[in-house]
Amino acid sequence: MTAASLLRRLLLSVPTLFGVLIINFVLLRVVPGDPIAMMIGPGATPEDIQNLRQIYGLDKSIYQQFLLYLGDFLSGDLGTSISMRQDVVELIVGRLPVTLELALVAIAISLVGIVGLGITASIWKGRWPEVLIDVFSGFVQAVPDFLWALLFILIFGVLWASMPIFGRMDLAVEFDPLTQFYLFESLFRGDLVVFRSILMHILLPALSLALPLIAIGARLLKSSINESMAQDYVQLARVKGFSHFRIVVSQAFPNALIPTVTLTGVQMTFLIGGTVLVERIFGYPGLGNMAIDAVINRDLPLIQGIVLTFAVMFIVLNILIDMTYAFLNPRLRHD
Amino acid sequence: MLGLGVFLLMALTAMTGSWLAPHDPLEQDLLNSFLPPFWVAGADPAFLLGTDNLGRDVLSRLIYGTRVALMVAVIAATLTGMLGTTVGLLAGFFGGWVDTLVSRMVDIWMAFPAVLLSIVLVAVIGAGLHAVIIAIIVIDWTRFCRVVRAETMVQCQQDYVASAVTIGLSRRRRLFVEILPNILPLLISLLTLEMGIAVVVEAILSYVGLSVASDAATWGGLIQEGRLYVNQAPWLMVFPIACIIVAVLGFNALGDGLRSAFDPVLRR
Repeated sequence: MTAASLLRRLLLSVPTLFGVLIINFVLLRVVPGDPIAMMIGPGATPEDIQNLRQIYGLDKSIYQQFLLYLGDFLSGDLGTSISMRQDVVELIVGRLPVTLELALVAIAISLVGIVGLGITASIWKGRWPEVLIDVFSGFVQAVPDFLWALLFILIFGVLWASMPIFGRMDLAVEFDPLTQFYLFESLFRGDLVVFRSILMHILLPALSLALPLIAIGARLLKSSINESMAQDYVQLARVKGFSHFRIVVSQAFPNALIPTVTLTGVQMTFLIGGTVLVERIFGYPGLGNMAIDAVINRDLPLIQGIVLTFAVMFIVLNILIDMTYAFLNPRLRHD
Repeated sequence: MLGLGVFLLMALTAMTGSWLAPHDPLEQDLLNSFLPPFWVAGADPAFLLGTDNLGRDVLSRLIYGTRVALMVAVIAATLTGMLGTTVGLLAGFFGGWVDTLVSRMVDIWMAFPAVLLSIVLVAVIGAGLHAVIIAIIVIDWTRFCRVVRAETMVQCQQDYVASAVTIGLSRRRRLFVEILPNILPLLISLLTLEMGIAVVVEAILSYVGLSVASDAATWGGLIQEGRLYVNQAPWLMVFPIACIIVAVLGFNALGDGLRSAFDPVLRR
């Protein structure tokens, strides 16, 4: 992807971001229900309400409010959380790495799963490994993804109690982190006891996020490898005497990647969105868990901030996926 | 057929719930808390699937939960389908600025995480069944819209639409009498798929504690309560999870069945 096309892609996301800002604003200010009444209990006096209205600029017209909101957003100010009495940006920056770490581990598991299963199914096409993988992905896709997290809790937490099902690490483990990326930091420091504890805690939530993606991705990769296998260059490789394994891995696989990335890219946003609930189910202290607490506490500035953060993550992810196509597909690189 | 069976079973359970349920779903019996289901030693045959932490009958609560799930599934999916289909039809049929506007809106919608948005929406509207239904409509109309828009565009290229233009049918007749019936099989599978999604969304929202009143019995609420006592009484989670899986698979099977029954090409 050239600098110009990257710039064009970035500019294209500006209207989307603007739309997101409008909806985020409208969602929480114009829909039925007074936001101030939502924030404070029924015992508040009219003066209290008036004061808060002024503080949040709600006494102004809706356009002025939106301009204020836009200005605050551009200057990086998302307001102060009502329930935690802290800067929203600070709160989000504190929790975002937790969610990112979880998402990254989940994506890593998915990639390994997709590539492993997709290639395995293609190499042993029509034999039991392919049948097994088809059955697996059909089964995984049949169960709604939110239930996988709960099923894992039942299986690995109760039935065969082998994994922790709550929190980010054992309370007994001593760890004094500098960053919020616990997993990477502990590995980087070489603290294996801590690393193991964090890894065990991240595994089940990450796997529940990865499983639906693996099922869809592996199926896609398999069918695109099969399509590539019918191409002339594969015939040529056969004539040259390459082994079946080598043809699949070094000839068909790289060419099958593009359609797979295109279609699993969309699924990747579902994975990020899925962290909200999975974090809740596993008591994982990330952004999603904080979002649900914010909703329960009716903490408007925090809710808005988190929704916006997720939307920005989605937009960035889409740009990254586009860049990946360009990287994978030489024809697009010179576009 | 299997799908139809599951659907009818759910409908029957929902309608006869108050008669079918052996106990009041809210009746507490603290002396009989955490009773196991009937096949485990120590079970009380009066509570077939055991009791929860407050001694409430799990079976009765599941039966009452069916009513909520089915109501949300049918109402939310139908309304979502109506909204999304209308917008999609218009965008696909008229093209031009209508299509650009709709497509941009869908893009923006897709930039929001669905789960988070539904939770926020319900919080804003105020917890309750109507809020759950509104949240599903607001979030999922894009699913219908995207598919219907694309399919309408494909249909518009077909010869029969060109013939309809030639014989001078009005735009409205072309859209509703010619094109709409042709995308109906697709709509039916989307609709049943959406019913399954609606059941899951309702479960998610009641899991988080934002669906109907917190003491009412819903599948998601049962799962959430079960999650708290998962080590003492894992069956509290197993049954509602099983219900959701059966319901979702049932809806999907219903969609496949109806689709092949309605689609003359598939029927052959």
